[in-house]
Amino acid sequence: MNPARKRTVRLTVALSAAVVLASALIYTSFSAASPALSPSQLTHQAQPGRSYQVTGSVVAGSVHHDGSILDFSVEDRTGGTTVPVVYTGTVPDPFREGREVIVTVRKQGGRFLGERDSLITKCPSKYKTAPPAASSGGSGGPKSGY
Amino acid sequence: MALLGRACLLLALAVCVYGIGASLYGVRTGRSEWSESGRRAVYALAGILTVAFAVLEIAFLRDDFGFNTVAGTSSSTTPTFYKAAAVWSSQEGSLLLWAWLLSLWSSLVLFLTRRRLRDVAAYATAVLLGFGGFFVSLMVFYATPFATTSPAPADGVGLDPLLRHPSMMIHPPMLYSGYTLCTIPLAFGIGALLARRVDAEWIRATRRFAFAAWFFLGIGILLGARWSYAELGWGGYWGWDPVENASLMPWLTATAFLHSLMIQEKRGMLKMWNVSLVLATGTLAIMGTFLVRSGILSSIHAFGGATLGVPFVTLIAVLVAASIYLVVSRRDMLRTEHRLDSLLSRESIFLANNIVLVALCFVIFWGTYFPLISEAFTGQAASVGPPWFDRYTVPLALVLVLLSGIGPVIAWRRATLANARKNFVAPLLVAAATLIALIGAGIGAKPFAIAMFCCAAFVLGSVGQEFFRGVRARRAMAREPAPTALMALIRRNRRRYGGYIVHIGMATLFVGVAASSSFQHASELGLSRGQSTKVGAYTIRYVRPTATITPKDDRAHTGATLSLGAVLDVTKRGRHVATLRPSEGFYDSGDPSQGSVGHFIGGQAVSHVSMSAGVTRDVWTAIAPDISTPQLKRVIDIGNKTIPLVRPDEGLLAIAYMARAYLQNPPQAQFHFIVSPLVMWIWIGGFIGFAGGLIAIWPAPSTVRRRVAVRSSARAARSRLQRA
Repeated sequence: MNPARKRTVRLTVALSAAVVLASALIYTSFSAASPALSPSQLTHQAQPGRSYQVTGSVVAGSVHHDGSILDFSVEDRTGGTTVPVVYTGTVPDPFREGREVIVTVRKQGGRFLGERDSLITKCPSKYKTAPPAASSGGSGGPKSGY
Repeated sequence: MALLGRACLLLALAVCVYGIGASLYGVRTGRSEWSESGRRAVYALAGILTVAFAVLEIAFLRDDFGFNTVAGTSSSTTPTFYKAAAVWSSQEGSLLLWAWLLSLWSSLVLFLTRRRLRDVAAYATAVLLGFGGFFVSLMVFYATPFATTSPAPADGVGLDPLLRHPSMMIHPPMLYSGYTLCTIPLAFGIGALLARRVDAEWIRATRRFAFAAWFFLGIGILLGARWSYAELGWGGYWGWDPVENASLMPWLTATAFLHSLMIQEKRGMLKMWNVSLVLATGTLAIMGTFLVRSGILSSIHAFGGATLGVPFVTLIAVLVAASIYLVVSRRDMLRTEHRLDSLLSRESIFLANNIVLVALCFVIFWGTYFPLISEAFTGQAASVGPPWFDRYTVPLALVLVLLSGIGPVIAWRRATLANARKNFVAPLLVAAATLIALIGAGIGAKPFAIAMFCCAAFVLGSVGQEFFRGVRARRAMAREPAPTALMALIRRNRRRYGGYIVHIGMATLFVGVAASSSFQHASELGLSRGQSTKVGAYTIRYVRPTATITPKDDRAHTGATLSLGAVLDVTKRGRHVATLRPSEGFYDSGDPSQGSVGHFIGGQAVSHVSMSAGVTRDVWTAIAPDISTPQLKRVIDIGNKTIPLVRPDEGLLAIAYMARAYLQNPPQAQFHFIVSPLVMWIWIGGFIGFAGGLIAIWPAPSTVRRRVAVRSSARAARSRLQRA
């Protein structure tokens, strides 16, 4: 085989392999992904057995520890629909009532089982200070993070 | 002070605009004095931003709560060490740090190239000042660090307790140094394309900066992992969080570039690939900065309510479009000078290593931005979790480690059978011996971990063999003792042997990752005083509770009002192993609505992890004490009702009473125990790797001698000219 033809064959094989691998990546990402829903969307759309990523605020007075099980409810950012979650696994330090959390859940009966160690607490926004009354530049307060 | 800071920013913006204009005018008209002036504008920018940064740092150290940034991220009770670090904990302060570091690194590279690459450097100056101008504009128009409030509040809200960890003092500056250094090869790459000088000269001029970017970014990532492990209370060091991924992506492409540039230097190949990698690395660094500030993806590290998305998206779009246009329009100049002679050659292995690194970067990019991709295609945001990332990254990491063992010993151009036999027998024997030993020890149930151990053994075998042969050759020639020969070997070829040490470090790091993730024992449960539990081979007993109050007694010196914890006795087969003291710090919320006592502990609660770290395993413990018992709540309720807000000393007395009540009658506490083998080797591997990186970056004695010789002969020539 002449060198030019050899190079073409090699390039074709390499590109075909790349296309196959990229297709696998794209297919598995769509099939393995958990839809991100708000609590109100979750109550309407959730099907048993499928996992969803729910984002909402922890409802005040809903947090209860029972051994290693953590019960809490999340509600839409704007309030309204609440969803009860039964969770086991690592609880991030910033987790508390009123804080925005993201947790992967599966529907079981009327409740949602949180996947182990899937609870994420968003970076605390409590550091957002009230807008200064007489600011000499800029607006809004600083937020913390790295 | 704030006025001075704002004046500095306006002046810095003017300097950037002038410098861009001067550099471009100079290079387009061939008037080098204008290009020189543009370069000096970068030095001026560094000076001005140094003053601005000093102003903000002084404001933090002096508790000047008139500055909104100081009031928002510091307080009078924040320990001084963390006040200094709080400068970059806010959006505004971190932008200033970014711009300041960019100006310093830009000044250094332009100083070092002041007599070389005049056209390329002039364009690079304009690009670097463009980045500088962008970040200064953000601070002038969107998020100024020098915004003030009058009258100033009496105190600030304090630094997020989660950020009160020693590594946070150096993690962000390291990461930002890495990001800003990534823009230097990008600027010179664009400069080379614009000036149509795409030989290896611009790569040689910025190679050390690309290495420095890799080095600092790597240290930043490792320190972040260490912080996550020691501070976040979940016992992990990597969670595929978008912000973590954002820093890893440019590091991967920089690693690929550092390998492939050797092929361009030696054989004039991969020019287009190299310039594309440089442009991708710089763009990914900007995207990493953007991810933290845009709020487009949920991350525990992102700045809350960030609003800088539009300017960043515009910058990234311009960068991507310009990069594609430049590479496509200069494709004829970027044609390779040679072709691969054989698939079994060092060039091919380096190319394979590049493909794996870029594939890893692509996988991580896809997974990180998948919520946006999914929303664009299906109208529904969805995200992939750590198992999806692991499915692809684990096999790719295995191939990468294996290639890092093959690369150093395979021949350039074409490997023969004799070459293969000579170089691969010993490493393969080491890998086979490792496999037999692991199976003999009954560790065979985790195939990926076993494969990683064998690949790492292969790397140690191949790199060890290179060192052994080098030392043996030097001993034969110079009759030196082995340690002297080893030092001389490394000193004489820092880049090559520094690179080998990096390979050893990375293999060691991957052994730590594979072992700790595959053979970990974890337990989360509630224990009362005197109870014990088994975690792996260890028995952990809750001996007694602990309680400390006021920042003064806080063992971790992070400013917690109250720390509740436990003394744990760790034994293995009845033999004492360690005494651990995990605790949880409760911080002042500064919110009077929580009551005169309640606010003292109403803020963030943060785990202070306690662990027994060793070379074979870590025993990691965290505690979540229950302070919601009726007895403890009663203390707070009575305190809130009877103690006025204006008597904080009495409020603290109530907290002390609460601590005593907790000690006398401790409720059941939640514990998180993890026994992970070989975690220490992640940090050791990282340390070895970056020590190797430092050796590789350090100028070789011959280079230094050559520079001194060039300088002295230039001086001599000048004086001869003057005399004449």
